Amino acid sequence: MKTALLASAAAVALVAGSTAAFAQTRDTIQIAGSSTVLPFASIVAEEFGAVFPEFNTPVVGSGGTGGGLSQFCAGVGDNTIDIANASRQIRDGEREACASNGVTDIREIQFGYDGIVFASAASGPDFALTPVQVYKAVAAKVPVDGELVDNPYTSWSEIDPSLPDQPIMLAIPGSNHGTREVFQERVVDAGCEEAGLPEGLSEEEAEAACTTYRQDVVTEISGDYTETLARLNSDPNTVGVFGLSFYEQNTDTLKVATVDGVTPTKATVAAGEYPVSRPLFFYVKGQHIGVIPGLEDYVAFFLSEAISGEGGTLEAAGLIPQPAEKTEEVLAAFEAGPTQ
Amino acid sequence: MATDHITAAREISQERTRLVRSGLRRRHRNEAIFRGLGIAAIALALGFVALLFVDMTRKGIPAFVQSNLHLEVFFDPAIIDVGPAPVASEFASPAQYQAADLRWRRELALLNWNRILEASLMAKVPAGTEISSRELLSIPETNARHQLREMFVANPDLLGRTVPVDILASANADNWVKGNINRSLGDAQQQLSPAARTVIDAFEADGTITNGFAWALFTNTDSRAAPASAGLLGAFVGSLYMMLIVIVLAVPIGVAAAIYLEEFAPKSRLTDFIEVNINNLAAVPSIVFGLLGAAVFINYMHLPISAPLVGGLVLTLMTLPTIIIATRGALLGVSPALRQAALGMGASKTQMVFHHVLPVTLPSILTATILGVAHALGETAPLLLIGMKAFVAQVPATPLDQATALPVQIYLWQGNENRNFFEPRTAAAIMVLLGVMIVLNGTAIYLRSRLEKRV
Repeated sequence: MKTALLASAAAVALVAGSTAAFAQTRDTIQIAGSSTVLPFASIVAEEFGAVFPEFNTPVVGSGGTGGGLSQFCAGVGDNTIDIANASRQIRDGEREACASNGVTDIREIQFGYDGIVFASAASGPDFALTPVQVYKAVAAKVPVDGELVDNPYTSWSEIDPSLPDQPIMLAIPGSNHGTREVFQERVVDAGCEEAGLPEGLSEEEAEAACTTYRQDVVTEISGDYTETLARLNSDPNTVGVFGLSFYEQNTDTLKVATVDGVTPTKATVAAGEYPVSRPLFFYVKGQHIGVIPGLEDYVAFFLSEAISGEGGTLEAAGLIPQPAEKTEEVLAAFEAGPTQ
Repeated sequence: MATDHITAAREISQERTRLVRSGLRRRHRNEAIFRGLGIAAIALALGFVALLFVDMTRKGIPAFVQSNLHLEVFFDPAIIDVGPAPVASEFASPAQYQAADLRWRRELALLNWNRILEASLMAKVPAGTEISSRELLSIPETNARHQLREMFVANPDLLGRTVPVDILASANADNWVKGNINRSLGDAQQQLSPAARTVIDAFEADGTITNGFAWALFTNTDSRAAPASAGLLGAFVGSLYMMLIVIVLAVPIGVAAAIYLEEFAPKSRLTDFIEVNINNLAAVPSIVFGLLGAAVFINYMHLPISAPLVGGLVLTLMTLPTIIIATRGALLGVSPALRQAALGMGASKTQMVFHHVLPVTLPSILTATILGVAHALGETAPLLLIGMKAFVAQVPATPLDQATALPVQIYLWQGNENRNFFEPRTAAAIMVLLGVMIVLNGTAIYLRSRLEKRV
């Protein structure tokens, strides 16, 4: 028992003392953020560890674009992350939060594109959607005969006879996901404009009409796409919003909807024909360059042709590569210094 | 008069018997109902447990078997056109040698090892089959090229030789072989091209692809680039470190606190207050400890994120109240006669506690500890908040390195986008976690019964 007491005293001392001891520098790159970017970043991290024996394999966490950027902006130092993955651009408010915590050197890296698709159960009917139809399905209030009324539609065929007679049920990403913003901007806002709100609404009222969703048939998913898929499995009438890369890995259970008549594929997204796509980013904390070993090499490796270029490793995993000139531009800007 | 009295008495007694008899049936019936409900409750509980186990086992067992490719690999000097490996004796200083060695390995890493892999696969493809290089390379797992490179780094003499190599089939090939993906679906819904599927079927027929035990599950860390090689080793080591930290910290502190409170502390309002609070702490949801850990250990004390050290500290906080309460309960249960006898023989209070009381309670304390640790092992929520749900592809060397834990790995695999491959793998990971739990609980039972016999 005496030894146990001594051991515990030693352990307590060790923990207390460790605070000082960990002032040493971390030697593993720490990444967090968008769950859309996570699979790509994880693959690059693994390859990076395999190709550069002198560096540790970077650690990649999730948490959504918003969650990642808030960790990123928490400050400068060992216990803050070095890179935030993002499926949208950083917002001004986030830059301000960053600056107030001393994170002033934020370097933006755009590395490719991802499409956002509407998919339903493979056994169900085909969907050919347009933004205005999606808007009419999700909005809490829709314009009918020049007046805003509570959304009366219960079935897709009531919105448009060309759509299947299936109850409206949608699973969309929660507001912590960058995908949500793209869904709002590219689909719902576009549809809202096209639907034509009644005259005489104030700006706020118009914005609320475009951004307020019905609670009864629209489910916001804050977790990963697997959670959306689980919802589709439990209710086959659900139409879910997924990343193109996720859909491509699950073509046996999912069926994709066309938007404005264009089927989402790598080719149609890369050509800009498919309307709902977005660039993918990661943000590097410039103040950690030279402090955390391998940070610059990671960026260069990520942007190398064998990884994120045409026919590279990430394309096989579902990334839509960006033109080589764009990549060169991004790399040059990264090497030049702060982007502010 | 007397007979009247007797008759009256008999009537009363008969009346009583009748009353008892009439009530007896009701009482028997109530008892039968209660027993029936009890048995039904047990059957239901066992049924749920059985459902869980059967479902997990049914889903998980196939993941313990995995498709392997058996290839003859030729280390082609035309492709591996780098200089010979640097030799330590040729360099003036170890630093120079290391730099040269790194350079050599970097050159190797930048070679296209897939060409070597492709050639060895092509040699096995039945004559007359049309297959593109991309389709062919969808059959082996993507880490095969690293495997070949590492073989070469470890043994540069392989240059120009042909050796048999076993590599893992890709996750999609494994799905196809096992039928995890519906084989009757059309080309558009399949992950592999028709040519790749034909070649896999041919490989299966001629023994190039065979099923073997999925060692990768136990010898590898998590992998996203090569899903077929994803394993639990990193998570297991992470969990192990956390368990060690919990045992080293929670047990001595918890037991010491319990002994002091129970044996030495004066009964006052303060100790009552502490006692109430310890009981409350035991009921605090674990996620709260996670938030506390993130705020105190990471933001204030600047301990590394995603590290088992922080996880262990958080779980220690969570386990402490359980151990304190269990130890106090055990100490309370010790007969006062034992204490009085010890004190009567002239033992000091400390001697009484450590020589007489504590040994008797050891089995209970041990059981409580193991159960507390097993509970901590399965805890996920607080770990998510201290960054332990990150993707980590290295085995943590120390508790300060980034790591995940077994339950978190289950959570991560559950979210992986290759559903056909990772659903069985997740179930297999759950089976491994349950196996560890059963071993821990079994140890607790064994130790208790052994120590109780001795005392």
